[in-house]
Amino acid sequence: MDEPDGAPAEPEPALIHGALSSLSRGQLVVHPDRAAYLDIVGSLYDDGYRFCADLTGVDYLMHLERALPAGLRPERFEVVLNLLSTEARRRIRVRVQVPEADPTLPSIFRLHPGTEAMERETYDMFGIVFTDHPDMTRILMPDDWEGHPLRKDFGVGRIPVQFKGAPPAR
Amino acid sequence: MSATELSEGAQEIQPPSRTAGVEYLREAGSVLRIPHLPEDVDEVPTGDDTMIINMGPQHPSTHGVLRVMMELQGETVLRCKPVMGYLHTGMEKTGEELTYLQGPTNTTRMDYVSPLFNELVFSLATEKLLDVEIPPRATWIRMLMCELNRMSSQVLWLATNGMDLGAVSMMIYGFREREMILAFFEKVTGLRMNHNYIRPGGVAVDLPEGWRDDVLQILEVFPERLDEYDTLLTGQPIWQERTQGVGVITTEECLALGVTGPILRSTGMPWDLRRDQPYLSYDQVDFDIIVGSYGDTFDRYAIRLNEIRESIKIVHQILDKMPSGDYRVQDKKVTPPPRHRIDESMEALIHHFKIFTEGFRVPEGEVYVAVESPRGELGCYMVSDGSAKPYRMHIRGPSFVNLQALPHMIKGALIADAVAVISTIDPIMGEVDR
Repeated sequence: MDEPDGAPAEPEPALIHGALSSLSRGQLVVHPDRAAYLDIVGSLYDDGYRFCADLTGVDYLMHLERALPAGLRPERFEVVLNLLSTEARRRIRVRVQVPEADPTLPSIFRLHPGTEAMERETYDMFGIVFTDHPDMTRILMPDDWEGHPLRKDFGVGRIPVQFKGAPPAR
Repeated sequence: MSATELSEGAQEIQPPSRTAGVEYLREAGSVLRIPHLPEDVDEVPTGDDTMIINMGPQHPSTHGVLRVMMELQGETVLRCKPVMGYLHTGMEKTGEELTYLQGPTNTTRMDYVSPLFNELVFSLATEKLLDVEIPPRATWIRMLMCELNRMSSQVLWLATNGMDLGAVSMMIYGFREREMILAFFEKVTGLRMNHNYIRPGGVAVDLPEGWRDDVLQILEVFPERLDEYDTLLTGQPIWQERTQGVGVITTEECLALGVTGPILRSTGMPWDLRRDQPYLSYDQVDFDIIVGSYGDTFDRYAIRLNEIRESIKIVHQILDKMPSGDYRVQDKKVTPPPRHRIDESMEALIHHFKIFTEGFRVPEGEVYVAVESPRGELGCYMVSDGSAKPYRMHIRGPSFVNLQALPHMIKGALIADAVAVISTIDPIMGEVDR
């Protein structure tokens, strides 16, 4: 509510642990690049952001020219992390760009064990592989499902229902 | 990821040896301390003297289609893995196909025991993107409905938890009390569940005539019924035996695992978003946060029981403070014109038609908002690309995250206790699988 109307994100020059940051509707967002991702999450952890509320992905295939801080190269995928500091009662969001050519990201499982299932869900839905994850498998979709449903190039309602061991079509 | 014909694939619990100790560490409940623990762990069970069984997906005490794979040694659960997805219907994908006005019809079906919270979090996210401020009456109506919903949700939990532990009469009582609230919801929204009542911009309709009396009647009946539950369960030796010291979890484990709600509060941490990050007008009502001290199933039972009492307290204050005025924002952007204007004015008709067919456009951006649902932090991450449909709508379901604490809470327990622990997490599978 505290920003000029019309502007989706007001860029803020300040760096947080060396990463670009911005304000989105008054909410603080950090944009580390992929190499710095683990370090930033670790530094934020030391800052008190010990609670990982949410981890999810976004496929920006149809919306590549979104608002990002200057100097940041938009990629197709984004992994979004919502961290919470229970002492300071503050939230911070981490948005990492993940390229389509190499959709991998280090797992933060060891820092935030609770993200295990969320990373599995993100893998399941977007096909982003989290390296060093103990159990990088599908969680919601059937094991033999092809494709990753929340990708934008995965159609809605055009996929026939798949059953294991169903007799072939006559 | 290819799966062979007979393999259970990803949904299989992997042998301890194949996962380089990680699975075993998790089994030992020490996954939280992995960075400080040595990598090699001795005493890995060989698998010869243990048995893996499935509990669910069709099992009365799994609250839906939850399947829990358990490795048992005798009757002791060595480790377990919750397997889900049986109720997955792609609601986040569906949410990208619906306009912002249709969105609550989708999200309300996620956590079907507390549907109003889902609508609320969706609406709050949309309103934050739109940058509209809703009128005070809408805010207070939302609070009233949500607190009543919290009461009905907790009472339903008491009912099903009672049934799981053999207190079958509790189930009958719990459903009876819940029905009172659902009858009120039906009067206000037209539906007992899945209301689509809280919408971006306010609520669907104003409260009906005589709503105050209905609420007062609920508030009158509930306290004495809660005292009955106290008599029925709290002091009962069997109930205490079944719940005390079962499914213990610590604050550190909760925070590391992302667990919120009554489970986190049962460990003694007073964390409630209504107080700690107030939304709506929760900063203007007075209530206590109930915390436990042992983090066990009994504490969680007591917390949920007493949270109903706190909700009653809040509803009384809402009744006193309910302002008059609009029940939805008078912003032409998001609100359809009033019915009588449609008969008079062509523009109003077109405007009405446009809002319900095309929907309203929401400025580009992304937000995350969270509310305290009866199960914990219910979050909504929403991305808008400037069109009339969310580009991405992600719901952070508290059940989904809380369920991941199951292996820790269940470790070393008996199968009979496993039922108590699953029940105490209060997983709503519609929200887990979405």
